[in-house]
Parts: sequence; C-alpha cells; structure tokens
Amino acid sequence: MSTMTVKVRVWRQPSPDQEGRLVDYAVDNVVADMSFVEMIDVLNEQLVAKGEDTVAFDSDCREGICGSCGCVVNGVPHGPGTGKTACQLFMRAFTDGDTLVVEPFRAKAFPVLKDLCVDRGAFDRIIAAGGYISANTGAAQDGNQMLIGKDIAEKAFDAAACIGCGACVAACKNASAVLFVSAKVAHLSYLPQGQPERTRRVVRMVEQMEKEGFGACSNEGECEAVCPKEISTLHIQILQRDYLRAVLRGA
Amino acid sequence: MILDGKVPSGPIEAKWNNHKDHINLVNPANRRKHTVIVVGTGLAGASAAASLGELGYNVLALTILDSPRRSHSIAAQGGINAAKNYKNDGDSVFRLFYDTIKGGDYRAREGNVYRLAQVSVDIIDQCVAQGVPFAREYGGLLDNRSFGGAQVSRTFYARGATGQQLLIGAYSALMRQVDAGSVKILPRREMLDLVMVGGRARGIVCRNLITGQYERYAADAVLLCTGGYGNAYYLSTNAGNCNVTAGWRCARRGAYFANPSFAQIHPTCIPESGTHQSKLTLMSESLRNDGRVWVPKQGGDKRSASDIPESDRDYYLERRYPAFGNLVPRDVASRAAKAVCDEGRGVGATGRSVYLDFADAIKRLGEDVVRERYGNLFDMYQHISDENPYREPMRIYPAVHYTMGGLWVDYNLMSNLEGLFVLGEANFSDHGANRLGASALMQGLADGYFVIPYTLGNYIGGTKLETVTTDHDAFKEAQDSVDKRVKGLLAANGSKSVKEHHRGLGRVLWDRVGMARNRDGLQQALKEVTALRGEYQQNVRVVGKGETINKQLEYALRVDDFMEFADIMVRDALDREESCGCHFREEYQTEDGECQRNDGDYAYVAAWEFKGRDKEPALLKEPLEFKSAELKQRNYK
Repeated sequence: MSTMTVKVRVWRQPSPDQEGRLVDYAVDNVVADMSFVEMIDVLNEQLVAKGEDTVAFDSDCREGICGSCGCVVNGVPHGPGTGKTACQLFMRAFTDGDTLVVEPFRAKAFPVLKDLCVDRGAFDRIIAAGGYISANTGAAQDGNQMLIGKDIAEKAFDAAACIGCGACVAACKNASAVLFVSAKVAHLSYLPQGQPERTRRVVRMVEQMEKEGFGACSNEGECEAVCPKEISTLHIQILQRDYLRAVLRGA
Repeated sequence: MILDGKVPSGPIEAKWNNHKDHINLVNPANRRKHTVIVVGTGLAGASAAASLGELGYNVLALTILDSPRRSHSIAAQGGINAAKNYKNDGDSVFRLFYDTIKGGDYRAREGNVYRLAQVSVDIIDQCVAQGVPFAREYGGLLDNRSFGGAQVSRTFYARGATGQQLLIGAYSALMRQVDAGSVKILPRREMLDLVMVGGRARGIVCRNLITGQYERYAADAVLLCTGGYGNAYYLSTNAGNCNVTAGWRCARRGAYFANPSFAQIHPTCIPESGTHQSKLTLMSESLRNDGRVWVPKQGGDKRSASDIPESDRDYYLERRYPAFGNLVPRDVASRAAKAVCDEGRGVGATGRSVYLDFADAIKRLGEDVVRERYGNLFDMYQHISDENPYREPMRIYPAVHYTMGGLWVDYNLMSNLEGLFVLGEANFSDHGANRLGASALMQGLADGYFVIPYTLGNYIGGTKLETVTTDHDAFKEAQDSVDKRVKGLLAANGSKSVKEHHRGLGRVLWDRVGMARNRDGLQQALKEVTALRGEYQQNVRVVGKGETINKQLEYALRVDDFMEFADIMVRDALDREESCGCHFREEYQTEDGECQRNDGDYAYVAAWEFKGRDKEPALLKEPLEFKSAELKQRNYK
C-alpha cells in the first residue's frame, strides 16, 4: 500500500491556565486505511522517539459510538465527511502533502484541559437535571404491558442515538447545546414512559443548559451537518414546543 | 486449598429466593451512613451505583473516562438475552440456564448461572421502564431475534446499538441519583490500588487523570465493575482504555484471579489491515443469522468473490455443522475460520479472512429488509473497509473480544477479600469457558440491578465495620507504592515506546494463548513473557510529566500490569490439560477436531493467588458440580 506524508498543525496547550498555540508536525508513513486518530497515534510515536510530550486527545472505543474522541479538523468538528466521528474519519479522505489543522472543540462551556482534551462535564450536568425517567430498580411492570408502536420506538431511537460527543456545540457559532438537549427531550417525550415528567424535565434541562454557558440556537443547522449520528434538527421543534407548553402552563 | 463458592443449598430454582429471604438487611435510615465505592460505570457499574443510590447508600462512582456514558458496554451491538418466551418457542428460565452452562462448556458455576437466567426477565422490564427504545413489532410488542447459537428467539435489541441504549438507560438512572444527591461521580479517575484494613477492603487510591494528584477514598465496600482484559492481546475489539489494572491491583492485594486464560475470540470482526491498526472492530454476530460464511474450495483462488461459482465455494460451517450451520457458538466459528486460513484458503490481501456473504439474504428478503436489520453494521463496515457489503461479501476474521476469566467471586459476588465485590465482565462467574452472544449485557445488568443490592446489604448488615478514614497508615502505604511505580516509569527513559512493548506482549499472547494452544508453545510463552516484563522495566520510555494529563503514563501503568498479569494467563492455559470452550489445547481434541474436555480432572475453576513479582503463583481450585445440567460433550453438528 502506498504511503503519504501529511502536515499536521495541531493545538498544543499544556494546561487550562496556560496559553495554547498551533504547532506544525510532519507525519510520514500514513496509509489510506488508517483512521485519523491512528494517524495521531503515529505522530505521538514520533514524539515519544524524540522525547517530547505527546498530543493529548480523548479516544476510547474507536468505532464511533462512545463519543470520546472529538476535535476539529480543518474547521469541521470530526473532520470532512458526514455521519462519523474522528475515529471513523479515514486518511483516504486526504492526499499526500495535505495540511490538517487540528483543534479542540471550542466552547465556553467546554474548557480546554490539555491540547485536544476538553471538559464536557456540562453535558452530564444537563442530563442530571432531568434527562431521565424516574424508574426505581425492581418496580417495573412487564415490558409487554406497555404497547409502543414500531414507528414510535423507531423515532425514539433516532433521538436516543446521540453519543454526547459535543460536535454540535463546536459547530455552532453560538456554541449552543440545543441539538444535544433536544435529542434527549425528544427521546423521552416520544415514549409513554416519559410522559409523567415531560414538563418538569424540559424546564430543568433548559435551565441547566443556560446555566452552563451554552448559547442560543443559531437556527443555521450546522449542528445536524456535523452530527456523527445525524440527529435531526426536527427534534429541536419538540424541545421548543415542550418548553413553550411548559412555560405557558406556568411550570 | 479448595475454594467454596457459598452457593445456597436447596433445589436450584429456589436457591436465590431462599437466599434473599434469609440474608441480612440494612435499615433504610442507616444506609446513608455507609459509603460504597463503585469503580467503573459500564452496565455493571452504572446499574449498581444507580440501584444502591436509590436504596439510600452513599455512593462514589469512578470512571477513567470523562463521562460515565462512554464506558465500553456502549459498543455492544447485538442484543440482550432474557427468558421471556414472548415468542412462544419453548424458551424458559431453565433453557436459558442450560444453554449458558452448555455454551460455557461446563466450566461455570450452576447456582450463579441459574440466578442469571431468573433475573434476566426483570432486566428487560427495568430497561423498558427507563425508556430504552427496544425494537418493537407493529402491534407494539417487544421484538426478539435468535442470536449466537440459540435455538429460541430470546434476544431483545435496539437496532445494532443495544449496548448503547442499555448504557444510556443505566447512565440516566445513575444521573438521576446524582441529581438526588446519593451518588457522586468522579470522572477521569483511575484506581491504582486497593486499601485493605483489618483484612477488609476499605478504600482505594486513585490518580486524578487531569491533575495527576493521588486521591484517597475510604468506604465500607468496594465494587469493581472494570470490565475485561482483552487488551492484554494488544489488538482486540475492546476500547483503548480497557485494562486489567484495577483487577490486577486487587490480585496483588490478595484477591484470587480465576480462569485468566479464558478469552473469547469473536468470529466476526473486520480483519487487520496493517501495523498501524490500533483496534479491531467487531461486526455483531447477529450478521450470522442471515450471512453465509464461505471460502474458496481451493487454496490460492485469487478470483474476486463474485467470479467464484457456487460449485467452487466451501460454506464450511454449514458443511461441518449442519444442525447449527452459520450459528455455531463463537469459539467453534472462530477456530473453523482459523483452520481454513491455515489451510491457505483465506481471502483478502493478507489471506487471513473469510467471506460473510449476504447475497442470498438480499435475494430472499430484499435489500430494504437487510438494510433495516443490519444497516448500521453495513455502514460501519463500508466506512472502515471502503467496500460495499450490499454488493460484495464482507471479509471477517476472529479477534479477541471478551474475557470470561476475572476475579474470583462467591455466590454473593464477593471476592475472597471481604468487602471487595466484583461485577460484570470483571468477575469470572457466569460464562465458563465461552460466553454466548447477548449474554454479556445480561450479566452486567443482572449483577448491578438485581444481585448486588441484596448481597451488598447482606455484607454490610452482617458485618461490624469499624470507622476507617483516609488518614489510616494503609492508605499512606498504598499511595506511596503507587507513587513509586509512577516515578519509576517516568524515570526509566528507555528506548522503546509503551506501544511497542505492548505490541510485543500481544504478539506472544495471540500466537500462543489464542485460538489454539499447546504445551510447548505455552512453556515458550512463559519464558517470553518473563523476558518481556524484564525488558519493559529496563527499556520503556514514558514521556511527559506526572502532574498533568499524561496519556502515555496512564498507558504505561496499564501495560505494566498486563505484563505481570500475562504470566498467570499462560500458567492457567498450561495447567488446564483439556480443551473446553475458548481454551483449545491441540493435544486434547476429538477425531473431528473438536474440544475434548476432561471432566474427571478439570471440572474446576482455577483461581490464582499472586505470590510476588517473578514468583510462582499458587493455584486454588473450586470444584464444579453439575446437578441440574447434565455433563455432556457439546455437539453442534
């Protein structure tokens, strides 16, 4: 297999309180079947050989489902192409001599910890503020007692497919988390199990979202364009409808 | 020494209920006074932490990742088994129990497995209540499919992302308890030692992966829910951060490690494409429901798949196992793939892969139905391989996937160290020598939702626990030993990266403790592993500092533990002079090349006690009795 050399211009920032900058590296022996994060592995092996600190980045499952990896490649969260995370971006998307500018997901609510690692704890706090159904272990009725039509289950799944990577926030000029929040609200709003807490949930989640410093929806749909799970912005309508209804009812 | 699994007496159907009726309870008002540490937030950890939080315990839940929602349970695709018999096709608790025991080739403990089958039905109900969007039929009932060698349809699924949806369910239950104040999440923390006080597990020392600071946590019990150790092989389907460290550190403190050589090699993975490969991606074995596995009849046949006529194809699983065909258990399917590749009939550039062909399924069902069933898997395959599986067959090859071995636990999921409980893949208890498909999610959630809430209460309610704080000398000693390891690795300044060392270890394990093992190879491996361990200490290079995020240091600590741990993997494979499930010793096979068990001498759980680095570990045995599932040679023909 033929190899290529790519130039990588990557954000290096030693710690949250130190300034960062873009640093240039050349990475040799890149092959088309290599994933983007495997290419960063190769870069890091080069750095180890030179005795330099490696580029810190989060990565875990490497099959596009855990949502750990996330960085901006050439201005696009998770890089060129649609419906995939950075670990599922393959180097066949690039050609010999290309320059890849690699930066962390940037948002006020996602402070940089080091290099490409950011703190996405805000997402967990939003889920803790109601992104659940209160169902204590052991108190459930038989699963077939509740009939849920195939179409409803499918719609709920489409929303529940969100992997919480944060690309939607990084893509938005307002660093809005509305797609993320709407996916969870819609997932639970579609289902009969989600009805009892529907009003309380949406209000609390939106409040927490605002408290975390995410911006307002820009209505430009950049979030959907970069979402690895192609979560639809239609869910945002459900979020808005549920929120409006809750507010009108004085929740 | 003979180990006692403490399985309650009485008929197998009644053991668990009788046990629950007679164990100790903790008064609701007292529970908040008891702190419980849960290490790991996959299905086992998240479900345990959430359920214990609901009961009122004060729970600390640690994850090495930045959020509990990312744990590797999330990657499970195919489904979760439960003995609901919704399909009216003859399923029952007994059948699920029996299939699991048989699938595990009679090397699991009957009592635990029966309980697993019993609580399986409650898991589905619990997950539905949480809003898990399981696949449904048009009428609104839950859909099921047959999966991985089962002759009934008992697998519940959510497209090809069942693990993700179950984990999100458990994670949301967990975050609800965070909201309620009963659980505190400690993300980006790695447990590096267990703290024993007065013969009991009373806390841990962990490293804060952001600041590099050590943190001490004291508790009344420690629950390890830290997954499997498949990454010992370097390449596996596991996530990059999966490791043996928490379990191995407990083993170094005296916990027994059971059946460490039992590693499942999954038959349907995307083959390796080059040395850059950092992980192997599993394709759910649900694909084998409709895909047909074949290779060319003649070795060296370089024609493309579509140019090879039916008469020149060998559908070797259908030929060798007419009753189960493409649905034989994982170990059988993996070995068969290795055999045809060893014969030189493998396909692809490397010759180390076989075809998984959907042409017939597409003809029979239409492309739309195939897309609906497997769309996301096909997309994933196409994305990685750059080949279109709707047009040409997939290429697959076995890869290390799941480890049945783990810390030894009794019926209560407590290790031999009092107060140390082990749940999910991290323990050894339910899958014997081979795990059936869709049973890992079941076990993780069974342990977390329905077993530990009872058995932990039994321990806490029945034990006089002195107050222990993190000022105790045992915490200082543990922290000092962690610090010494960290400093030692940072100072080594050798010439090879952690990854190179890890790759070397993986090669030895894959070649010698992989799909086929033999005495000579294992004896050789014992020497090789010792040499690699010595070299690692001398010649590893770990860049960066200790007081910051340092992924190289995290990795170096984990590989250090894999290096020590590999020794008992090899010894375990060497000790077991029989073939069973994943453990195929070439010396012990039937005339048709199948596993030849030796129930007279080896119907035991092998539990290894660490005796010191470079010292021979001690072997303890728990004899296995089969009273409800008759001992039989597995036969899938």
